[in-house]
Amino acid sequence: MTGTAIDLSSVESVSQALAHHGYLADRGLATSVFLALTLKRPLLLEGEAGVGKTELAKVLASWTGGELIRLQCYEGIDATQAVYDWDYSRQLLHLRAAEASGEAAGLGADALENELYQERFLLRRAVLRALAPAPVPPVLLIDEIDRADDEFEAYLLEVLSDFQVTIPELGTFKAPTPPIVVLTSNRTRDVHDALKRRCLYHWIEHPSFDREVAIVRLRVPDVEVTLARQVAAATEAMRSMQLYKPPGVAETIDWATALGSLGVSTLDEDSVRSTLGAVLKYREDQERVDGTGMTELIKMAVQRALSA
Amino acid sequence: MSLSASAEVKSPAEFMAVAFSRLLRGAGITTPIGNVLTFVEALNQVGLQNRDDVYWAGRASLLRKPEDIAMYNKAFAVFWEQRTNNAVHDEPQHIHLTIELDEDGDAEDDGSSDNDENEGETITLRFSAVETLRKKDFAEYSDEELHLAQGLMSKLRLVGSPRNSFRMVSSRQGARPDLRETIRSSLRSGGEPIRRHWQENDERLRRLVLILDVSGSMEPYARALLRFVQAAVAGRQKVEAFAVGTRLTRITRELGSRDPDKALQLAATRVVDWSGGTRLGECLRHFNDQWGVRGMARGAIVVILSDGWDRGDPVVLAEQMKRLQRVSHRTIWVNPLKVSPGYAPLARGMAAALPFVDNFVEGHSVEAMEELTQVIGK
Repeated sequence: MTGTAIDLSSVESVSQALAHHGYLADRGLATSVFLALTLKRPLLLEGEAGVGKTELAKVLASWTGGELIRLQCYEGIDATQAVYDWDYSRQLLHLRAAEASGEAAGLGADALENELYQERFLLRRAVLRALAPAPVPPVLLIDEIDRADDEFEAYLLEVLSDFQVTIPELGTFKAPTPPIVVLTSNRTRDVHDALKRRCLYHWIEHPSFDREVAIVRLRVPDVEVTLARQVAAATEAMRSMQLYKPPGVAETIDWATALGSLGVSTLDEDSVRSTLGAVLKYREDQERVDGTGMTELIKMAVQRALSA
Repeated sequence: MSLSASAEVKSPAEFMAVAFSRLLRGAGITTPIGNVLTFVEALNQVGLQNRDDVYWAGRASLLRKPEDIAMYNKAFAVFWEQRTNNAVHDEPQHIHLTIELDEDGDAEDDGSSDNDENEGETITLRFSAVETLRKKDFAEYSDEELHLAQGLMSKLRLVGSPRNSFRMVSSRQGARPDLRETIRSSLRSGGEPIRRHWQENDERLRRLVLILDVSGSMEPYARALLRFVQAAVAGRQKVEAFAVGTRLTRITRELGSRDPDKALQLAATRVVDWSGGTRLGECLRHFNDQWGVRGMARGAIVVILSDGWDRGDPVVLAEQMKRLQRVSHRTIWVNPLKVSPGYAPLARGMAAALPFVDNFVEGHSVEAMEELTQVIGK
């Protein structure tokens, strides 16, 4: 598939295209993606860690053929890291060179300044790159927006409403076609309402049992269907065990991969114990699963896998 | 566009969208007009034929937090499917509770006889009243005194200790050269960087998380302490507030109002387990899972205001306190009972939590709260 024309005729076509690129979205998520693409709105995704928020942006990029531009947010992030900065060391070199050749003396301060603030000394960061003209609009992933400060959020709001950025020395950069924007948040704090209003919103849930089996089958094709069903059943059960970090789809896939590469064809206590680190990332969680009856968990998973 | 001010001709989508949004608004979900317009556009894309399409289009364009999903589902069922029976799992009945907010009525009756006396005396009287009030135990407060204390507590400035931020600011003799400024100023001297500029890490205040126990045993103190929490939330940017009893309730937004009485009223209606039982451990687990460990408590100063009487399993409380302490910068436990002579942390919950507390302080009076602000700012 090339990125020349993507089929946006219906929710089903979006859902199929995502599946084709390895992402099984449920009806709700597919509708949100469909609307984000047709209405050209940013899409804000929230949900537990590991439900596939970031993955969706990657799949969107491979589907549309646009470049994936990722902006990882953190506390204290500002425009010089997210939008643009000047390449100071090259500017300094340029000044030195101008001085050495005697050029600097001839030029006034204004002319010298114009020399320095040209596009060739501009360092384009993620947001500015996403606004640059491209044959296919890129996918801008603004990851974990809740980690950034309020001020940055306000700034982002401006960029996302007009898809333009103003650099005082150079002028305004406006995207000829707006990029596809995906924002993710882990809800460590509330994202400002004004920003949410600008976006379409979707809360990603853990997948249903059947969907999770399908996801494992799609992502880890080597794994037998029985094992895939057992793994999905076991992780689903773990999610209701009040763990510190309930496993997400990402962990289910990791676990299935680990079991698959060990040549396991059906879950048993040994194989689970030796691969538990792929699915549970806290020692306390592993102890809890162990304490509440590993044998029962496996028995239940095997049973569940058998029932159609 | 047909949605202009006159709006004479309405498409079915517009009509449905506006009416449905109005219903949502009535159900307590804020739906700004911008989102309603997005919903109309979305409906034009997906059509009105398929129930699922309409449902998800509405969720994507009208909702902004997962807490609203349940209410949205109900409203959707009523509006689009004309379902009105209560078979849809109803939430437990909300008990309506209000805190007694001070009416000045009684207070003025008492004070009226003093009005004739000269001004100077009244002022001194007042002053000493304030002095005794500062030391007085919250549990012995009258309504009038509670109101006075409110004024005192809103004067407290809660400032968390600073930490280094990623953001750089210019400084006189900083750690790193500030090339941007150096180049800017060199232009004035014909490209010669004569004056060097420096920068260093900015300082930011740590987030402050206040968790107030509102269970039955805390009743004499909770009213006054809620005022303290309100003053903290209204006075500073990075403060989060929660109430715990049998369940965890986030009350940051409710307390954010500048008008203290209104804020307290909002919080009181929000908290449904006022003066009920205590399940501190379970509530802290909820806090850790949903907010704290994810990021809110990371590097933050966490203040728990509770007497430590817990009906839950102390093992759970200890486990959750341990988790909390591992991610937070400091955990402070404020116990209003600590001041009583011969106090020993015998309450099971208190004993279980104490090993994971960095500062254990009193919290029975305004003076104690003043000391608390010192401890927090350390």
